[in-house]
Amino acid sequence: MTAPLDIDGPAAPPRANGELVFAEPWQSRAFGMAVTLYDAGAFAWPQFQAALAIRIAAWEADPPPGECWNYYRHWLGALEDVLATNGTVVAAEIHHRAAALAERPAGHDHAHPHGEPHGHGHHH
Amino acid sequence: MTTSENTDRIPPALRTEALEQLLTERGLVDPNVMDKFIANYETNVGPLNGAKVVAKAWTDPEYRQRLLADGTAAIKELGFSGPQGEHIVVVENTDTSHNVVVCTLCSCYPWPVLGLPPSWYKDPVYRARVVREPRRVLAEMGLELTDDVQITVRDSSSEVRWLVLPRRPAGTEDLTEEQLVPLITRDAMVGVAKVHAS
Repeated sequence: MTAPLDIDGPAAPPRANGELVFAEPWQSRAFGMAVTLYDAGAFAWPQFQAALAIRIAAWEADPPPGECWNYYRHWLGALEDVLATNGTVVAAEIHHRAAALAERPAGHDHAHPHGEPHGHGHHH
Repeated sequence: MTTSENTDRIPPALRTEALEQLLTERGLVDPNVMDKFIANYETNVGPLNGAKVVAKAWTDPEYRQRLLADGTAAIKELGFSGPQGEHIVVVENTDTSHNVVVCTLCSCYPWPVLGLPPSWYKDPVYRARVVREPRRVLAEMGLELTDDVQITVRDSSSEVRWLVLPRRPAGTEDLTEEQLVPLITRDAMVGVAKVHAS
């Protein structure tokens, strides 16, 4: 089941010549999580679209100083909002896990002693 | 929604990684399945320009006529033109006639409407075999055509670039032009796949 991605307007994913463009690996992971969860029935697409529209509108109404437009930042935020609303993953859990990940020593990208997925799009 | 205010300060790459770990641990996301999804969207979503052309032709009979009469001009009407977009000839697939595009000499390809060519399009084996045994090559690619469907192999060249107008799938009668666009894949516009209703 293909997610009905918006084609025009601010909520439409960035494209080049019609094709999806990911500027950084995390963007494709954030994209992948949303479409995979949607396909598995974790949420209805309109719920995600609405959350994305709210995120984008909030940013446009009051852009944080010095922060450039980044579509997938809003995509990720919308996914977090939907998962929090549905009780799947709450913000505090993401916060704690991200804090733990941030404390990894430099060079963690080149050794994976835990064998865990590490979200950079090059699983082993 | 304010629950995520405290995560907004964390760099998105880290948040993404944290979220993927949590979802994976809970069995909600399988990273390997996700890899396949991403690859599928990257290769099959879009090329939007060509899909818009096809969706318009499906919903606007007059546009369809103009498109089949002069592909380049009709495509330009929608604002799509550019390198390798000159001399596009559009051929229509029907119940009894199927067109598949190849370029036996090089890999000529209508970029402005179809985006980047898929890797197999440049494969010398595909180029040679699709001319010799198109029915078999298409079947191998997942497109089974019955013997009563005549297959025409269209050889792109620097003079002519082909775009296939695929058949509109049954069950899409109620869809609008905008709703049809996401269904139309690059492979369908090269003639190696059908368009599916969902």
